[in-house]
Amino acid sequence: MSETPLLEIEDLAVALPTERGPLRAVSGVSLSLAPSRSLGIVGESGSGKTMLARAILRLLPPGARLAGAIRFDGRDLLRLSRRDLRRLRGRELAAVFQDPMTSLNPVLSIGSQIAEALTEHMGLAARAAMARAVALLAEVGIPEPERRAHQFPHQLSGGMRQRVAIAIALSCEPRLLIADEPTTALDVTVQAQILDLLARERQKRHMAMILITHDLGVVAGRTDDVAVMYAGRIVERASTRALFRQMRSPYAEALMAAIPRLDAPPHTRLSAIAGSPPDPTRPTPGCPFSPRCRYARERCRSEAPPLSADSRDHHYACWFPLPDRSRAEV
Amino acid sequence: MLGLIGRRLAYLVPVILAVTALTFLIANLLPGDLAIVMLGDQATPENVAALHKQLGLDLPLWQQYLHWLWGVLHGDFGTSHRTGQTVLNAIAGRLPVTLELLIMAELGGILIGVPLAILCAVRPGSAFDRTVAGIAFGSLSVPPFMLAILLIFVFALRLHLLPATAYVPLSDSLLGNLRSMALPGATLALLEWPTIMRVLRSDMISTLQEDYIAMARAKGLSPRRILLVHALKPSSLTLVTVIGLNIGRLIGGAVITESIFALPGVGRLLLESIYLRDFIILQGGVLLVAIGFVLVNFLVDMLYAVLDPRIRHGRA
Amino acid sequence: MAALDSAGKLALELEMPARRRRRLGIVFWLASSWIALVVALAIFADLLPLADPFAQALLARRAPPSAAHLLGTDALGRDILARVIFGARASLEIGLLAPLAATLVGTLLGMLSGYFRGRFETFAIGTTDVLLAFPPLVLALAIVAYLGQSVTNVILVLAILTVPAVTRVARAATLAIREREFVTAARALGAGHLRILRREILPNIMLPLGAYFLVLVAVTVVVEGILSFLGLGVPPPQPSWGGMIAEGRDSLDIAPHIAFIPAVAMFLTVLAFNLVGDSLRAITDPRRGAS
Repeated sequence: MSETPLLEIEDLAVALPTERGPLRAVSGVSLSLAPSRSLGIVGESGSGKTMLARAILRLLPPGARLAGAIRFDGRDLLRLSRRDLRRLRGRELAAVFQDPMTSLNPVLSIGSQIAEALTEHMGLAARAAMARAVALLAEVGIPEPERRAHQFPHQLSGGMRQRVAIAIALSCEPRLLIADEPTTALDVTVQAQILDLLARERQKRHMAMILITHDLGVVAGRTDDVAVMYAGRIVERASTRALFRQMRSPYAEALMAAIPRLDAPPHTRLSAIAGSPPDPTRPTPGCPFSPRCRYARERCRSEAPPLSADSRDHHYACWFPLPDRSRAEV
Repeated sequence: MLGLIGRRLAYLVPVILAVTALTFLIANLLPGDLAIVMLGDQATPENVAALHKQLGLDLPLWQQYLHWLWGVLHGDFGTSHRTGQTVLNAIAGRLPVTLELLIMAELGGILIGVPLAILCAVRPGSAFDRTVAGIAFGSLSVPPFMLAILLIFVFALRLHLLPATAYVPLSDSLLGNLRSMALPGATLALLEWPTIMRVLRSDMISTLQEDYIAMARAKGLSPRRILLVHALKPSSLTLVTVIGLNIGRLIGGAVITESIFALPGVGRLLLESIYLRDFIILQGGVLLVAIGFVLVNFLVDMLYAVLDPRIRHGRA
Repeated sequence: MAALDSAGKLALELEMPARRRRRLGIVFWLASSWIALVVALAIFADLLPLADPFAQALLARRAPPSAAHLLGTDALGRDILARVIFGARASLEIGLLAPLAATLVGTLLGMLSGYFRGRFETFAIGTTDVLLAFPPLVLALAIVAYLGQSVTNVILVLAILTVPAVTRVARAATLAIREREFVTAARALGAGHLRILRREILPNIMLPLGAYFLVLVAVTVVVEGILSFLGLGVPPPQPSWGGMIAEGRDSLDIAPHIAFIPAVAMFLTVLAFNLVGDSLRAITDPRRGAS
């Protein structure tokens, strides 16, 4: 862990303008990611995880305000010129979006959508770029890649389209891939295939990856580290193994409990988290989860807990963390 | 694709048939005797009888129609009793001028409208966007003949830059022809760009919010490529339809500009035939113009399929 | 990410000028006032202390604006102010009556075809398709040429040419309303077709059609101007804006005001109807989420 980090986020805040005043989508987020490691970011709808990803890619909606620093390979992305940013995006920093039905251009052929990144960044001639595009399609597991390259997105299934999106992302051998809910829009049967494809390609290419999801089950066993987000903040961050061994924040625990379990007896009630996330345009002084937290006490409602680490680099933001049973057992 | 062409072609047949029927019926709106009206002062009973026979006016209406339709189907749209020229020849002689005018108008409208639409869509709500929107809205309220007169006043009468009513055929001099077509072409182009701009602007704004544009930006493509390839192509579908529909309005505009600028085009032929009561030319001309208009819209539909692969492959 | 997505869209919408138009600004009231002024002048033209619009003064031809003739005189020495005001009569008479007739017929056709669908719809839409297959001005010219040149005929022709557009708008609006809950509810309560059409559908399509009517007035005033300009609309010597502009064309070099004064009157009137129509459309447009 002493390697220089590839991505370093420091006290990042994102505010979006709305009719009811600024919406604080992300606040006080700090993260770091070493080269060729993977990080899962987990949270409910509205937790700010997508805005965090968009902030790293500098793809926020117009009018959005950013504060803090995002350093990629030592360069502050927030200070980068448009031109330098363009050279970075697609080349070293690539992305896969949530819905493959809408993230591919409907009027351009699949091959040309892969090839254009290659001609833009790698200086490949049109013919060479197209040949490489066909090879990439084969690598991401698309049968008959030559024929498919000439087809248009509507001629492919959702899973195939997401494979194409992955091929586009991988085309220039990026050093960091940001996958924003890459399987949410897909059939359950296809989800695991896509996740495995991402994990396999990541290892093969020694690429770092941020996998964003609302489903803790997706990151389990697939990413090195996990960060749990709630109301624009990181509430818990640890290695995936440590986190699943023992969650320290009540929110992560509640999120875990919300996953349906195959091994549960039939007719077990699914526990959803009661209540809904706080209004992001109306910040409250206390812990944002306190109104929904079953362990909340007086202090939680008046003072927000900072993100602090225990001795094993397990970070959590909670005044009254859940007991560390894993340690007690030792 | 072939199936699509077939279906559209099959729809064309009844439409064109109905167009012939309507054209024929309009000609029968004329109160009084067509032959007498057409012959005017020279109408002697013998002349009238001869014209009656030539036009088949003594037959019942439906037989007249079938008779006329039969001729039309064989390329016989009638012959002017005044000049002895066939409708087809008269139109063919005038068509190049009108086509040149329409192409200039459409090209000019696109050259002004498309870049403005893109610039506006990139920063919707900006001062630039609102200024252009205001000018476009105002332009839509300018009647074509008013614009033509304004251009004549400024460029021909005051600045003496361009001729107002001295048509030069293309075969005489390319430059002279372009100069004589500049003002009429500009008149129609200035009326055409606001529609193009407005339609494309609103489509571009919604396209630019699509995920695939965010994806294109994430790929690190140049803003030019994102706008011109990723955003413009999917946004141009409605534009193509609107351009097709606008051609009807442009043909009307051509009638007016050809009249004001004294261009020997189809529009002026129709007007002359009205002024001179040459109803054979008018009837055949209206029919040919309508059929041409229907065919252009058919071609526009086909262009739509070229632009959108989803339609080409028979979805939607 | 629903919450954030909507927040993102909200942010985008903040940048859209469309929202600006929601309230009726000063432009709307200026335009309405201009329309009111033109309508009032046209109605009370006979009562106003105007010169005779037909009286020719051969000694005062092409006179510039003066105390005697506030807007000058035309090539025959006729008072331009009087002719512009009487010309407004012709323009408004045709410009209002033709769209009115077309709106009545088109609304009926569109409502019935949108509500009952089936053969009636096929027939009505097929007929409008055929009318739309002609370039509108060419069709108008041809019909006027055969029918003869008079104000009544021009109104008739322009009304016929406008029916297809109204029919389509009314049909589309009816189709949208037809499936809404309150119509289903009325049907469930045993309301007859006539009652549903009159009480549920008509009131709901009236606002968009009203806004559309104003835009049609603008279009019709232009087309009337074109016909009169070409000498096929309002028969001379009766004053009309299009006719006045055509007459002024011959004196464009020496006395441009003869053509430009009626032109400005016409442009402002057309613009005013477009502005008011567009403002009302923006307000009644259901896509803007008026609820």
